[in-house]
Amino acid sequence: MLWLGVAYLGALAALFITALWTANGFTGNIERTWTLDNFRELFSQEVYRTITIRTLLTAVGVTIIDAVIAFPVALYMAKVASPRAQRLLVIAILTPLWASYLVKAYAWRGMFSSSGPIDWLLSPFGLSSPGYGLFATVVTLSYLWLPYMILPMYAGLERLPNSLLEASADLGAGAGVTMRRVILPVLFPAVVAGSIFAFSLTLGDYIAVQIVGGANQMLGNVIYDNVLKGNNLPFAAAVATIPVVIMLVYLAAVRRTGALENL
Amino acid sequence: MRNRRTFAGAAALGFALAVSLAACGTDSGGDSGADSEEQAAEEQGGFTPPDIPMASELGDNEGALSVLAWPGYAEDGSTDKSVDWVTPFEEETGCQVDVKYFGTSDEAVTLMKSGQYDVVSASGDATLRLIAAGDVAPVNTDLIPNYADEWDFLKDRPWNSVNGQMYGVPHGYGANLLMYNTDVVSPEPTSWGAVFDGAADYSGKVTSYDSPIYIADAALYLMKTQPDLGIEDPYALDADQLAAAVDLLKAQREHVGEYWSDYLKEIQAFQTGDSVIGTTWQVIVNLAEADTPVKAILPEEGATGWSDTWMIGADTEHPNCSYAWLNHITSPEANAAVAEWFGEAPANSKACDLTSEGFCDSYHAGDEAYAEQIHYWTTPIEQCLDGRTDVTCTTYQEWTQAWTEIKG
Amino acid sequence: MTLSPLMRRVLAVSTGLALLFVYTPLALVVLNSFNTSRTFAWPPPGYTTEWWQAAWHSQGARDAVWVSVQVAIVATLVALVLGTMAALALQRFRFFGRDTVSLLIILPIALPGVVTGVALANFFTTMIGIQLGMFTLIVSHATFCIVTVFNNAVARLRRLGSNLEEASMDLGAGTFRTFYKITLPMLRSSLLAGCLLAFALSFDEIIVTTFTVGQGIQTLPIWIYQNLFRPNQAPVVNVVAAVLILASIVPIWLAQKLAGTDESVAAAR
Repeated sequence: MLWLGVAYLGALAALFITALWTANGFTGNIERTWTLDNFRELFSQEVYRTITIRTLLTAVGVTIIDAVIAFPVALYMAKVASPRAQRLLVIAILTPLWASYLVKAYAWRGMFSSSGPIDWLLSPFGLSSPGYGLFATVVTLSYLWLPYMILPMYAGLERLPNSLLEASADLGAGAGVTMRRVILPVLFPAVVAGSIFAFSLTLGDYIAVQIVGGANQMLGNVIYDNVLKGNNLPFAAAVATIPVVIMLVYLAAVRRTGALENL
Repeated sequence: MRNRRTFAGAAALGFALAVSLAACGTDSGGDSGADSEEQAAEEQGGFTPPDIPMASELGDNEGALSVLAWPGYAEDGSTDKSVDWVTPFEEETGCQVDVKYFGTSDEAVTLMKSGQYDVVSASGDATLRLIAAGDVAPVNTDLIPNYADEWDFLKDRPWNSVNGQMYGVPHGYGANLLMYNTDVVSPEPTSWGAVFDGAADYSGKVTSYDSPIYIADAALYLMKTQPDLGIEDPYALDADQLAAAVDLLKAQREHVGEYWSDYLKEIQAFQTGDSVIGTTWQVIVNLAEADTPVKAILPEEGATGWSDTWMIGADTEHPNCSYAWLNHITSPEANAAVAEWFGEAPANSKACDLTSEGFCDSYHAGDEAYAEQIHYWTTPIEQCLDGRTDVTCTTYQEWTQAWTEIKG
Repeated sequence: MTLSPLMRRVLAVSTGLALLFVYTPLALVVLNSFNTSRTFAWPPPGYTTEWWQAAWHSQGARDAVWVSVQVAIVATLVALVLGTMAALALQRFRFFGRDTVSLLIILPIALPGVVTGVALANFFTTMIGIQLGMFTLIVSHATFCIVTVFNNAVARLRRLGSNLEEASMDLGAGTFRTFYKITLPMLRSSLLAGCLLAFALSFDEIIVTTFTVGQGIQTLPIWIYQNLFRPNQAPVVNVVAAVLILASIVPIWLAQKLAGTDESVAAAR
């Protein structure tokens, strides 16, 4: 256990130390000369800011969309469905997790293609498929992480005893107030827990973007390209600090909400 | 409060432990870290390659071989049952072949660093980098009988030899073409302008090669259309010329649907109609033709291209199988088969006896004058490749940074 | 509030729409596995079972599945042992840096996969100097598999409290006996559910795997990644995916039964 922990943390530390070195532009070999050039490059070039913002906004968008879709589903599963239906629904939500991530992304590529089903559905209305791009990326990523959002919300709502809701109604609270005062406080940690997944998975994703994102690139692509194509591990490491910092900040912020218990 | 302190304490301890481990551990990845003199020499382009031993005689075949190849260079029947020159090799030499494809020269250079591949088909923009990094070994051409039959103008060239020592055997050469969907694109294009100035006509459906080396294609176009920029060699760009090329590519970016490095992805995009025009290789055209009406041309401005070399890994555990492969792939039979399948000019002069009628003529095999006109992929370096000494040219690293900027 | 009939209907419809959203692409995958067009032209020009036959004979697919199963099993076992130990340690004992460790344990899942992949690949190749291969792959999978087992175990341990264990100790049973006879049976179903999820995570992992798999090893996702765009193979990929979806219903249903309805969710995650 300790060995594994050291391996993982050591690997992370090694990576971030590498960010302070450079790679020889010609041979790609790493040179251990301490320099902040990578970070300077990262902060001075506008394109990396653009990409970071694009990635962040995508992550936020995906999280919000998932939360919006997940809420009625979770509520239905927790409060309205019969126990048997609940179990079936949980199975129904979980089954897609077993379908390969790649196949699902590829299925969306097929759907968004200019000769695919979406185009076919829209053409009677004179519209055409939005094609590959950021919109397709957001939809695909929302699709992929949806179960990770539904399940914590379902768990949270399920733990809320019906008696509490009845008591709230007995005390005269309307649906809106009950929602705000009773349900949301319980739901919030669950949403945050789900959002940790959605956020971290989107921040580092490079495959879905390659498949449906058209010519766009996100942080994950920059890291991937610099490691596997650009021979510039130090720079990739520097770029990798961005999502790590974002996630650490996010995790620290949500520790207080107790969401980590819900993971 | 107490929790926070213990948290901080534990974190500090853990971090210190990890950092000391890391600082001790991380290697400079493979070769001698360049000292300043060698670095300067490298940047000049006239570098001293690391001292790697060259095989002097062959022994028994080891029974295995790991090949790193451009897609289409090492076919084993899985793409098309009738296209296979790997299985005959396996049967003849007993070396079981494992092939990995890569999409760009950058990937090839990165993958060779891992030391897991025995042979690699490297284009001119990868060869010198591999040699300088010490990832490939000098090749003893006396051990390869078929080398003698290869055309002389492909031997001892700047991209495959250093100080008179060959680092591989020539494979073949070809040009990057412009492919378009004949149903959608009209009138038929004759110039690269169709994907640059005229890209707006097919906005969202233009495709380009996803590698910084593509900047040379833009430079080539500028070379012919804006001669006052003074570009002589698309790989020798000073800062202003690079900026002009980057601007052209940024303008193109508005209309690009996808960038491709996986050739299969380009085929699929053309088949679904998500791409209708863009750069390509002949092999892609051949494969796409089966399901889509496409055509490819060599535009009037000329083209960038590649002249490939098979090289042997410096750390290979299978040197004998490696030499056997180099000999096999440059044999007239295999060389002809690859050339026909991929759509390029073969390197072995005898291969033209085995290709189909008119093939070698249409690909200008053996035509030294024509071959000189293709602007082969080369790694841009500080020392201007066109001979200018009054300016410093931009390096490939700058091109790589520019490429990220172009894609946005 | 009791939910009005209108609310109930709205929720039911929303859930139905969500399920439609979830299953349409999957239905497309299954449909395309019968599509005569290799490029999945839409609407399908015809239907054929040739891809299912090709998939049945595909050695590459079968080998890839087998490799994935092996990796997943080993990674899950490692995760089981280490995750349980970690859960027990964190829940039952108070020690210096406890909060940190629990935060650090979830890092592999909280940090983006690409960072984990790059860091581990660099660690293995340059720091330790071993070739990428089965070992590195299994280790990298184990890092995030541990998290799922850990989470489930911790959730169950928290619910159960330590009374029974303390009673057992009071009655004279040693640590191991207590663990074996009391703790383990209580944990069993949550551990099993955690293992099932760890297996699923490892089986479908591609993001970290791209970096830590060696040359020549093909897990199923790697095989799919390489064959996604190949004209002759893409339909076979669809068939494999369809089979996976159908085949996965059994373990999921099993996980449900084991975990019990009220813990179904914690277990499933």
